[in-house]
Amino acid sequence: MASTPLVKKMIQPSDKATSGFSKAPIVRPSIPSGKRMRTADELAQATEKISVRDMSFYYSENRALTDISLSIPECCVTAFIGPSGCGKSTFLRCFNRMNDMIEGTRVEGEILLEGQEIYSSRTDIVTLRKRIGMVFQKSTPFPKSIFDNVSFGPKIAGIRKKKDLYEIVERSLQRSALWDEVKDRLNESALNLSGGQQQRLCIARALANDPDILLMDEPASALDPASTARIEDLIFELKEQYTIVIVTHNMQQAARVSDQAAFFYQGVLVESGATEALFTNPQKQQTEDYITGRFG
Amino acid sequence: MSTKLDIYTAKRRGRITNLLFTSVCFLATVTCVIVLFILIWNIILQGKSWLSWDFVDSFPSRFPHKAGIKSALYGSIWLIGLTALFSVPLGVGAAVYLEEYAPKSRWRKLIQLNISNLAGVPSIVYGILGLALFVRALALERSVLSGALTLTLVVLPIIILASQEALRSVPDSIRRSAYALGATRWQTVWYQVLPASLPGIMTGVILALSRALGEAAPLIVVGAMAYVPFVPERLSDEFTSLPIQIFNWTSRPQEDFHHLAAAGILVLLIVLVSMNAIAIFVRHKYGKKIRW
Repeated sequence: MASTPLVKKMIQPSDKATSGFSKAPIVRPSIPSGKRMRTADELAQATEKISVRDMSFYYSENRALTDISLSIPECCVTAFIGPSGCGKSTFLRCFNRMNDMIEGTRVEGEILLEGQEIYSSRTDIVTLRKRIGMVFQKSTPFPKSIFDNVSFGPKIAGIRKKKDLYEIVERSLQRSALWDEVKDRLNESALNLSGGQQQRLCIARALANDPDILLMDEPASALDPASTARIEDLIFELKEQYTIVIVTHNMQQAARVSDQAAFFYQGVLVESGATEALFTNPQKQQTEDYITGRFG
Repeated sequence: MSTKLDIYTAKRRGRITNLLFTSVCFLATVTCVIVLFILIWNIILQGKSWLSWDFVDSFPSRFPHKAGIKSALYGSIWLIGLTALFSVPLGVGAAVYLEEYAPKSRWRKLIQLNISNLAGVPSIVYGILGLALFVRALALERSVLSGALTLTLVVLPIIILASQEALRSVPDSIRRSAYALGATRWQTVWYQVLPASLPGIMTGVILALSRALGEAAPLIVVGAMAYVPFVPERLSDEFTSLPIQIFNWTSRPQEDFHHLAAAGILVLLIVLVSMNAIAIFVRHKYGKKIRW
């Protein structure tokens, strides 16, 4: 079975196909057999890193997320899936309070990071964002050298010695699997890197802050398949040390990289659970329809 | 049966319109270049034999052959230096506040509208304001400081608008990335947004200062002297400037002074061209590193 393709197409009559959607053949993303994914038992045993309880989110008067409760386990990859506009990116941005930058947003309920309320008035946003790193959909290197990009986080945190900064830069670039490609040109502009390299640079930049959580908002959606594969491999390696939350449009990607998956639809968390279970045996009809590609 | 179009015969009307439009645009360009060329050529013809080191290094005089432009050149350098010192921090600071900090309110819109309008106010109006405020109310007299402060008023709106434009051209993704890495607003602006917009800001600043260099009207109002046989050494010293000296020479009846004026214009042009060259150089040097 060594040559089993990652994506198996299975055409089968669906026993749940009662909702009158299209009669197109069902394509169910398959769980890759080669990589070790955390099982439901392991997920249950893992320490709870972030706990969301009855959280709702508002853009002015519009409720974008409704009564969401979810537990994000430590050192696992959690994938948020769902159609465009379902609120998954909004939810992701709640964790590092990036939504604060948008005027008129409001959060109800609780998001706890290791028991501490993220939306407490006592929370220091700067420290919060150092602990919860973020990688955006479009790679956004600063128009500076590779070194300056990665060292920005530690620098503003007060580390000034060139030697210390260099160590951090090297370690971060090694962790993001970019070191070998850029070690001879750390002083070159980061904008000369390819798209995939830029995205790994953004991951390195986030890792340089030594966070415990990494948020990724569709990190590979603008990349070619080879670069995407590298990012996915990287996510797999990083989850040994970091708690990763990834938003993705790509069902196959969610199946390949995540341990836990959460399906959002119109601001509601429809279903969540171990990826394997969610993809092979979803409990809700909507989930089934979405992951088999019949809508969304 | 439909007729096939012959690809060798274009529609005649379209071709003529095209040709006409191209020639009109070309003529417009050529006219501008020719006028500029004639102007410069004329000045060079008139002034080149009078332009010498002695001319640059002598004070003005009643005798054309002894007269020089030293005090005006130094006065202009003083004015531009001081104006830059006042207007750059103020202008860039105001732009940063308006773009990065100010909440989007009606007040901001009002201020913005006012700055845009101020950029179009004739400079003589600033001269009158300078006379009332700096020369009289603050009792700075007819000093080089009064002149520089008045010129600061003239160029401030230009610098603010140019800097705002430069700041606005920095994509929001840069700010978001910096915030996501735990940067405060100050760190985001200082370490990322300002460096990224520096080429645009520098170009705006130098173009604004070039304008200040060429201003005569507001300086005459605040009391720049036509005859200054010394170089300003203190902020409170009286002064003259290149455009004022040139204006003074052109208004005299003797032919020789007109040649002096032409030589003065050449000096002014050389200073202007070198300032613009610096602007281009800065843009090129820093702009290369920044692509969006």
